Amino acid sequence: MSTKITIEPVTRVEGHGKVTIHLDDNNQVERARLHIVEFRGFERFIQGRPFWEVPVTIQRLCGICPVSHHLAAAKAMDRIVGVDVLTPVAEKMRRLMHYGQIFQSHSLHFFHLCSPDLLFGFDADVAIRNVIGVAQKHPELAVQGVMMRKYGQEIIKATAGKKIHGTGAIPGGINKNLSIEERDALLKDIDQQIEWAQGAVKLAQDYTVSHLDEALAFANFPSHHLSLVREDGAMDLYHGNLRAIDAAGETVFDQVDYANYTNYIAEEVRDYSYMKFPYIKSIGPEDGWYRVGPLARVNACNFIDTPLAEASRQAFMAVTEGKPNNLSLAYHWARMIEVLHAVEKIQLLLHDPDLQGTDLLLKGDRREEAVGLIEAPRGTLFHHYKVNEGGQVTMCNLIVSTTNNNEPMNRAVESVAKTYLSGQTITEGLLNHVEVAIRAYDPCLSCATHALGRMPLEVQVLDREGSVLDRRATR
Amino acid sequence: MSGKITLIIDGQEIEAEIGQTILDAADAAGVYIPRLCAMKGLSPHGSCRVCTVHVNGRPQAACTQPVAPGMSIENETPELKAHRVSVIDMLFVEGNHYCMFCEKSGNCELQAVAYRLGILAPQHDYMFPCRGVDASHPEVFIDGNRCILCGRCVRASQELDNKNVFQFVGRGIHKRLTFNAPNNLSQTDLAGIDKAVDSCPVGAILRKGTAFSVPIGQRLYDNEPIGSEIESGRRTNDRQV
Repeated sequence: MSTKITIEPVTRVEGHGKVTIHLDDNNQVERARLHIVEFRGFERFIQGRPFWEVPVTIQRLCGICPVSHHLAAAKAMDRIVGVDVLTPVAEKMRRLMHYGQIFQSHSLHFFHLCSPDLLFGFDADVAIRNVIGVAQKHPELAVQGVMMRKYGQEIIKATAGKKIHGTGAIPGGINKNLSIEERDALLKDIDQQIEWAQGAVKLAQDYTVSHLDEALAFANFPSHHLSLVREDGAMDLYHGNLRAIDAAGETVFDQVDYANYTNYIAEEVRDYSYMKFPYIKSIGPEDGWYRVGPLARVNACNFIDTPLAEASRQAFMAVTEGKPNNLSLAYHWARMIEVLHAVEKIQLLLHDPDLQGTDLLLKGDRREEAVGLIEAPRGTLFHHYKVNEGGQVTMCNLIVSTTNNNEPMNRAVESVAKTYLSGQTITEGLLNHVEVAIRAYDPCLSCATHALGRMPLEVQVLDREGSVLDRRATR
Repeated sequence: MSGKITLIIDGQEIEAEIGQTILDAADAAGVYIPRLCAMKGLSPHGSCRVCTVHVNGRPQAACTQPVAPGMSIENETPELKAHRVSVIDMLFVEGNHYCMFCEKSGNCELQAVAYRLGILAPQHDYMFPCRGVDASHPEVFIDGNRCILCGRCVRASQELDNKNVFQFVGRGIHKRLTFNAPNNLSQTDLAGIDKAVDSCPVGAILRKGTAFSVPIGQRLYDNEPIGSEIESGRRTNDRQV
């Protein structure tokens, strides 16, 4: 008799999800699915609201990366008010805000959500394999995680007015510059932050290299990779053009103006998840899915324009001899390379006198439709709006980072289930490995469905008729 | 008739001029009485009842009641505070006041009075009205769900702009703001610079193109509670229109 295993809820990820593992008559894994079971409807209820309100409203999708939604919406609204190029102070203030966001979000994920798995092993006792266990066994790392996150949040406060759900970016610019006092307060700690970021890269690198055999056998599958890159091919987390490469590194498309993303990317709806499945149009829904986020960005860019992160990127690419890295567990290393890049950028910006400029806002001729893209911590984030003459939003489409990673996360779960499931019973080992696979992508399921609530995981085993044979939840 | 009299507010003797309202006299003496529908430069309205005080034991609206010799006024008592909290609470639940993304947040008098009174969550159920928005005017945006029916825009348009753009229709819970035009705001003679636009204490009447232009930390009520200006003698709490 065929069966289905369910893991619910998934823990130490942002949001609420469930995994089902379907078995055939011989108890072999037939397929596995990550279900996103909550729904919020931002795209609908934003309709009718004034466009200038959207960057502040839409960021309420998320309490983890609100800055990404704030800035993606603001970039779209820049174009709505006819501004294609911001003033230097506005662009640099937004970049500073964004790098602060990348820094704090990645630090939170690495130190608080993932480090228990990496430090104690996937099969360690759950009583130890948590952030409290890290604080007891590796107090210096736990403190670093807290202090790095705090530093990123302080940058967000200095640029957006408060640490969560600020108002800094407004259509056509920014509402404040960086005062000398704010700058000096941030500069005071920058050297320490760079040192810690280097340590985090080393930790992730050492872990990946020393566990390479395990990483090669764990959710390792080829995929396309999508990200924004600068015109010269450099990594650019705030602005650029779209580039997609295949698993071997060959270009699928490059330097695509993201305003035309609908010519290149489409979304498929499946009946078991509120999260859509995006794919590259020219390849089709079957094979056109892709990864986004730190792994995709490090794979897709030609280089990183800050020296420490670039050296780390070269070490990263050397593992796969310059070809794209397709290991799910390599996300952690790539993520820490970006932490280092972000803090190097923060240092450069803090020394840039443009941030004390006073030319904050521009205006142009109104447009009716616009797209804003940004590389959010978890990957490429699409915001697309139509606005009527009076200024009301008439259409909103969001493809958030986690949605872009939907198919890869499903593949990762399936791959792990095939390796670790034995019989019809959900063992602790299976549960742990499924969670580690999902966690590598740092999914934010709240964002992905625009959903509200906690994000635990449940796993279920089901037979072919859909009857639940076993279920196990972690909290 | 003119001349000075003395009266007592919360045990403190203050001087007032005959012809002043209790609210004006209290303001001049540095005593803050919470209010929403009252605004310097506009005729008193007495509709929101937030400024209700006890005058010789009887409830009176401070914004409409003239001072008189021998008045003993209670302003800050637990009973009056509870009354004000209740009134503010009902204003919140009767509308859709989402401070977290309202562009008036930090500059909103309803929010500021609520903070001053220590209101953290409503006691009553939300009514979630659906009064709609009007985006037709090139310079002004109206969100009817945030209107608290204070009538300041109605009076400002008539008394200061010499127009008659805004009016009320309906009664009781069905009362709502409307415009002196057949369909929408763009058909009225409202101009973006009209003082009626500035008179709105909440986020119901908004000037387009100005949202979130003041950073958090520099907004009107970010650093001290509403009424602090009156209490410190700066007298700038009421926006002069």
